[in-house]
Amino acid sequence: MSTSSIKPGFLAIELDGAGWDGGDFASLGEAVLAAESAGFHAATFTDAPVPGRANALQRAAFAGPVTRSIALVPEVDTVYTEPFHVSTQLASLDYVSGGRAGWISTAAESPEAAAAVGRSSVTGAGLAQEAAASVEVSRRLWDSWEDDAVIRDVATGRYIDVDKLHYVDFETPADFAGPAYSVKGPSIIPRPLQGQLPVLAAASLVGPGQIPADAVDAVLVTAPTPELLAAEVRDVRERLGESLAVIAELDVVLDSRGQAAGERVAGLNQAGLDGGRARYAGSAAGLADLLTELLKEADGVRLHPASLALELDELSRLVLPELRRRGALRPAVQDGTFRDVLGLARPASRYASTAVSAGK
Amino acid sequence: MTQHSRAKSEIFTPSGKIQFGVFFQGVNSGTIWKAAESGSQTDFESFRRIAQTAERGLFAAFFLGEGLRLREHLGRPHALDVVGRPDAQSMLAALASVTKNIGLVATQNTTYNDPADLAHRLASLDLISGGRAAWNIVTTDNAWTGANFRRGGYLDHADRYKHAEAFVETAKRIWDSWETAEGPARRVLHEGQHYTVDVTPRLPRSAQYRPVLFQAGDSPEGRDFAARQADVIFSAHPKFDDAVEFRKDLVERSLAAGRGANAVQIMPASEFILAPTAEEALAKKEWVRSMQIGPQQAVAYLEQFWGRELSDYDPDGPLPEIDPVVEETSETRGSGFHGAKARQLADQWRAEAKDKGLSIRQFVTSRTARVDATFTGSYTAVADQLAGYARVGAVDGFNISPWLVPTGLDDIVNHLVPELQERGVYPTEYAGSTLRENLGLETPVRSADETAEAVRAL
Repeated sequence: MSTSSIKPGFLAIELDGAGWDGGDFASLGEAVLAAESAGFHAATFTDAPVPGRANALQRAAFAGPVTRSIALVPEVDTVYTEPFHVSTQLASLDYVSGGRAGWISTAAESPEAAAAVGRSSVTGAGLAQEAAASVEVSRRLWDSWEDDAVIRDVATGRYIDVDKLHYVDFETPADFAGPAYSVKGPSIIPRPLQGQLPVLAAASLVGPGQIPADAVDAVLVTAPTPELLAAEVRDVRERLGESLAVIAELDVVLDSRGQAAGERVAGLNQAGLDGGRARYAGSAAGLADLLTELLKEADGVRLHPASLALELDELSRLVLPELRRRGALRPAVQDGTFRDVLGLARPASRYASTAVSAGK
Repeated sequence: MTQHSRAKSEIFTPSGKIQFGVFFQGVNSGTIWKAAESGSQTDFESFRRIAQTAERGLFAAFFLGEGLRLREHLGRPHALDVVGRPDAQSMLAALASVTKNIGLVATQNTTYNDPADLAHRLASLDLISGGRAAWNIVTTDNAWTGANFRRGGYLDHADRYKHAEAFVETAKRIWDSWETAEGPARRVLHEGQHYTVDVTPRLPRSAQYRPVLFQAGDSPEGRDFAARQADVIFSAHPKFDDAVEFRKDLVERSLAAGRGANAVQIMPASEFILAPTAEEALAKKEWVRSMQIGPQQAVAYLEQFWGRELSDYDPDGPLPEIDPVVEETSETRGSGFHGAKARQLADQWRAEAKDKGLSIRQFVTSRTARVDATFTGSYTAVADQLAGYARVGAVDGFNISPWLVPTGLDDIVNHLVPELQERGVYPTEYAGSTLRENLGLETPVRSADETAEAVRAL
């Protein structure tokens, strides 16, 4: 991934709120379509436990058939979920979206989530270990069917070529803090359309002793203020290397419908809505300037709108057109994959070269 | 009589109607992959096409199975049948955006899922689909499947229904515990032998209150489980006399469980081979069977019981004279029964095949085809036959496995459905927007505050 100041970047938008604030999921389809036609490259779906919020991966799947170019990237927890199921669900999302799926892999630090499934609460270093293990399981399972495993060879009566399916035999490492587990494989579903789904994670979960940098494709970077974001992006890039895409996280409150962003922020603060992320509050023109600067450092920026309906409207009318005019945004890829958005080639299966002797 | 009083009644009353569901199987020999018109088993378009065709035909439900481990044959993945399928709920959530009325049924096991997590995901699907979700409850128990999961193999075969029932009751309590006008969401606690659950639900009730429950077990325990817990039983008894017998049995079990005689509906698994005339239908059946069980599949079927390679044997010749190398059969792992005495079985089969003059292929076809579950004939004759089921209430509907993907429902929807509608035994429109309304099931009533008995043991 290049740090060049002229390489155009991509924009993602968190679509939380769509489909459950008003109780009708038709609004989810409308929101994701609005984001796609505005020119966003990716939509993300948070899965943090809040009353009323439906499962993120299912929300993303619902959006798949009604969109064509926007990547659909849900959060899926790695600590209190079954890695085998997670892998299958994400591969399925890739199929229903025509290769536009990604995964924000999260590690829930939550005694409530632990109690719900009768597990001991995982904390500290154990969280990133769970995430690393789950990501590794998914990656192996996605490779466990080689691309051309389904052969449908009528002459020999074989639907699949068994030599192109592989047991993954994953075992948690010896220093694994939680209960050890293993996953045999192969996957229950053929290789995802993208081969491997792009995996994203918070930069704080990635590094030595955590999720290995080469196991993720992009990291999400936060800072307390917009001014500090660019420097944080540079630090993360230095720490994790150039092979990862770096995505800056930004809360956005815009002047909207005659109400100044400042007034709206006062209302949000009263409601206790502070995600701990850098927040921009102000005019659309000011945001376009900030994003232009940020995209010189970061490969992409993810926007968290204060109100999906209000901000999406302003962003699509004023901000994205201006960024495109400045050449700061990559063109949307019609019928492209999420890997295309990130500039990633489609990888061969890790098992492909061993096919001759494999099958066991 | 209203649906409500029907469900509560102690006397079974036929609805006079039948409904259809479609089961997109995704694995096994029932789905033909060798024909020119055989489509993809994983592309979304195949699923969309079948679901939308079913909806055009006013089908009540679209079913998906669940994969936990690939079937194996002689120690390697089984190569000869369709295999590889998506996660049921992820696919159904996608189908929810391109369908409006059809129910979306996810097969999900109670062994390698967590009750709180599964209840939450099913509630999500129910909300996303506007009250069209259902759960087809299945159990699985062996260590071989467990090799893909954190828990590994942990559940004794004998305990699987006991465990499944505790799981289902916990899920129901979670769905039941969302806030009401009278009070906040209730915390649900469960301490069982295998699971501890402590959760406060995060999702509201859907337009149909909670997902509809299907269940597919056929043993006496499985039937009692369904009679106590399920809304619909996905039965294995489509043949008329068996269906009538099964209905009687299920009504008795439902009453014994304290539920109404009409409380549990019955939809047997079935297959339809139809044509304008009986002769054409029979010719088509011949073709379907030859495509379902090809020569290699016939030999492979015997191999799993013989425990050895039999590829030197002619599929169109007699059964192998050599004996099995295993004491007990294991059958293809991940499918059906195992443990029969191999030698005894081989002797018995050889005698039977010789007696009837059957080749390997003919013998295997006779054993594997849905002999009782296949309705073969002209559109009008099969419509008459099904009308007979509706008249006496032998079943509430049929869950159809198409033998072709994605065109396998076309002649059913284009020809059989109109014939059934003419006979007044099939819906002419969707009764409502939820699966519960379309099946005519009663809406559950929220249980009284149960904080006093909050912790229930398995």
